Amino acid sequence: MLEIRDLHVTVDNAEILKGVSLSVNAGELHAIMGPNGSGKSTLAKVVTGHPTCRVTKGSIHYEGQDLLRMPPEVRARAGIFLSFQHPVEVPGVRLDHFLRAGYNEIRKSRGLDEIDVLKFDRQLKSTLKAVEMDPALLKRSVNDGFSGGEKKRSEVLQMTVLEPKLSILDEVDSGLDVDALREVAGGISRMRSPARAILLITHYQRILSYVVPDVVHLFIDGRIAMTGGKELALEVEANGYEWVESHDAAHSSA
Amino acid sequence: MTTENSAVKDLADQGYKYGFVTDIEADTAPPGLNEEIIGWISAKKGEPQWMLDWRLRSFKHWESLLDKEQLPTWANVSYPRINFQDIIYYSAPKPKAELASLDEVDKELLETFEKLGIPLGEQKRLAGVAVDAIFDSVSVMTTAKETLAKYGVIFCSMSEAVREHPDLVRKYLGSIVPYTDNFYASLNSAVFSDGSFCYIPKGVRCPLELSTYFRINQESGGQFERTLIIADEGSYVSYLEGCSAPIRDQNQLHAAVVELVALDDAEIRYSTIQNWYPGDAEGKGGVFNFVTKRGKALGRNSHISWTQVETGSAITWKYPSVILQGDNSVGEFYSVALTKLHQQADTGTKMTHIGKNTSSTIIAKGISAGHGNNTYRGLVKVMPKAENAKNFTQCDSLLIGDQCGAHTTPYLEVHNNSSTVEHEASTSKVSEEQVFYCSQRGLSAEDANSLIINGFCKDVFSKLPMEFAVEANRLLALNLEGAVG
Repeated sequence: MLEIRDLHVTVDNAEILKGVSLSVNAGELHAIMGPNGSGKSTLAKVVTGHPTCRVTKGSIHYEGQDLLRMPPEVRARAGIFLSFQHPVEVPGVRLDHFLRAGYNEIRKSRGLDEIDVLKFDRQLKSTLKAVEMDPALLKRSVNDGFSGGEKKRSEVLQMTVLEPKLSILDEVDSGLDVDALREVAGGISRMRSPARAILLITHYQRILSYVVPDVVHLFIDGRIAMTGGKELALEVEANGYEWVESHDAAHSSA
Repeated sequence: MTTENSAVKDLADQGYKYGFVTDIEADTAPPGLNEEIIGWISAKKGEPQWMLDWRLRSFKHWESLLDKEQLPTWANVSYPRINFQDIIYYSAPKPKAELASLDEVDKELLETFEKLGIPLGEQKRLAGVAVDAIFDSVSVMTTAKETLAKYGVIFCSMSEAVREHPDLVRKYLGSIVPYTDNFYASLNSAVFSDGSFCYIPKGVRCPLELSTYFRINQESGGQFERTLIIADEGSYVSYLEGCSAPIRDQNQLHAAVVELVALDDAEIRYSTIQNWYPGDAEGKGGVFNFVTKRGKALGRNSHISWTQVETGSAITWKYPSVILQGDNSVGEFYSVALTKLHQQADTGTKMTHIGKNTSSTIIAKGISAGHGNNTYRGLVKVMPKAENAKNFTQCDSLLIGDQCGAHTTPYLEVHNNSSTVEHEASTSKVSEEQVFYCSQRGLSAEDANSLIINGFCKDVFSKLPMEFAVEANRLLALNLEGAVG
């Protein structure tokens, strides 16, 4: 589904990604772990088309299409979703209206009719019930005055409604208490299906005990330093990122 | 080029949708202004002597202001000196006979208003709305008069009111905005052509939205309408005006005066959707919108509310105000002003608290894009006897791009210690992050901008009558059209 080859990306003239290759198939959940500043978020941004990312080398293909030629909204309509590390406030715009606008754009791009307010509201209510989320969020302005936990829950809710094929979750677990973490993890688990892929970017192992990954990548200094199964996350948890760095250095010199 | 910058560029290139010219034979005064022209306008309208005398007194005053160069200079706008002798002060489509039915209204005119989205035909009219359609200097027709008459509501052109309801007109005309008020109010008082007159009798809740649509068609014409709304004790009325003009290279002058009077327990809600031609991308052409609007909350518990959505005009100079004279009276001002291209807006309000327990609310939202320049200017004045007066003011500015300007100039004059006056202000930008967030959910950059701006305006749009809130949303979207990154 997603093919990244030797990707080099600069942000404000600083090279952040220094040759990343990654292949994600439908049905898989990949966890990307790494210390702060290792380039995890930049990877999420470049895949979704954030305007500050400049690709200097390499390629990204999504379902065989050259993603780098597509503007961000076209990527979104093609089924790529980003759960933001810092969800942006849009004052005065109700979350349910915002979601309907996006939902209808996605439908239109697939040659489907726009869905009307009443029908959408009904659908939204039943979705919310299924994911056990508080419908009160929907009537509030997008992320405006939301607590950290509400913002993350709202991101997962949006993902659930928009039904993307490829979901990228950027530190969806940061700043959550145990209950919120369980709720968010539940939302992610429900998205798993043979037709969908998920990239879960995280700093900590703890969410991975709720959402068990198929593959774990360790990001160090703009590169994937190590790839392994779910047990890799536990090793990092036990030994810290320095362990990976030294291991990586030993590995490269060997 | 980032998304934001290209959106800004496209905003500046945005076309004006109401720029067509109606080719119609007109009865037009020669350019320029003197006593003779004023006599000619007055005679055209078949006015009584008292009206002509008032016009002439106004003209004398205006001339003296012009001689002494006492033109308003304090607004944060700049424009070349206007030559008042180049302006055509009266232009009416021919023939202007009294219109008994729709069949007599010129087809061209009906088509014009239809194109503007104001169908006047019996079948197509907006439900629940009575419309007075004004083309250059005259009212071409007023709909739903019979329905209103059943309730005793008078809704007609000002020309008709001068002839048919002279007592009401003489009592209130100039009682809120005297002809000596300011330069443009004096000019208007001398040459005012048409406008709407409304009277809501005691205890009547006006069953329809009243609305006036103003259209300037005449090249180098000016429009000087005069509107007077009187809400008698315990009555209620909601009134809306809309405006547009063809694309012309020359500037057109629009100097209106609106006066509102609310007696005991009466309420007037006055809404404006102003979309005069704003000028082109180089700042050429466009309407000079120099307007004096004032309401007097005269009676106890009276309530006057101004809501305005200002998207057009090269220059807007306008301060819909409320004199809170009656005890417990309420004044409100809700405003959205969008300046793009080279538009300049200096707009705000004056709330003058005279009575006890009076309260006022001001919510002003300024949006600047392109080379637009937006100033909020507002005065809150609490007089010595206004015990327990309350004011709340909130001014928010939204900037799109880095070529535009936003300014806030609040004035406070408080002469009573028991009053409470609050002021909040903010300035924000449509950020690249906001646009990206929306794009990531499938919205184009253009739709994202429009959504963000509509959200910013929500507090004001929610005050518009339902039918027009949709219109206001659409108008903003239209003004932001073509913003694809």
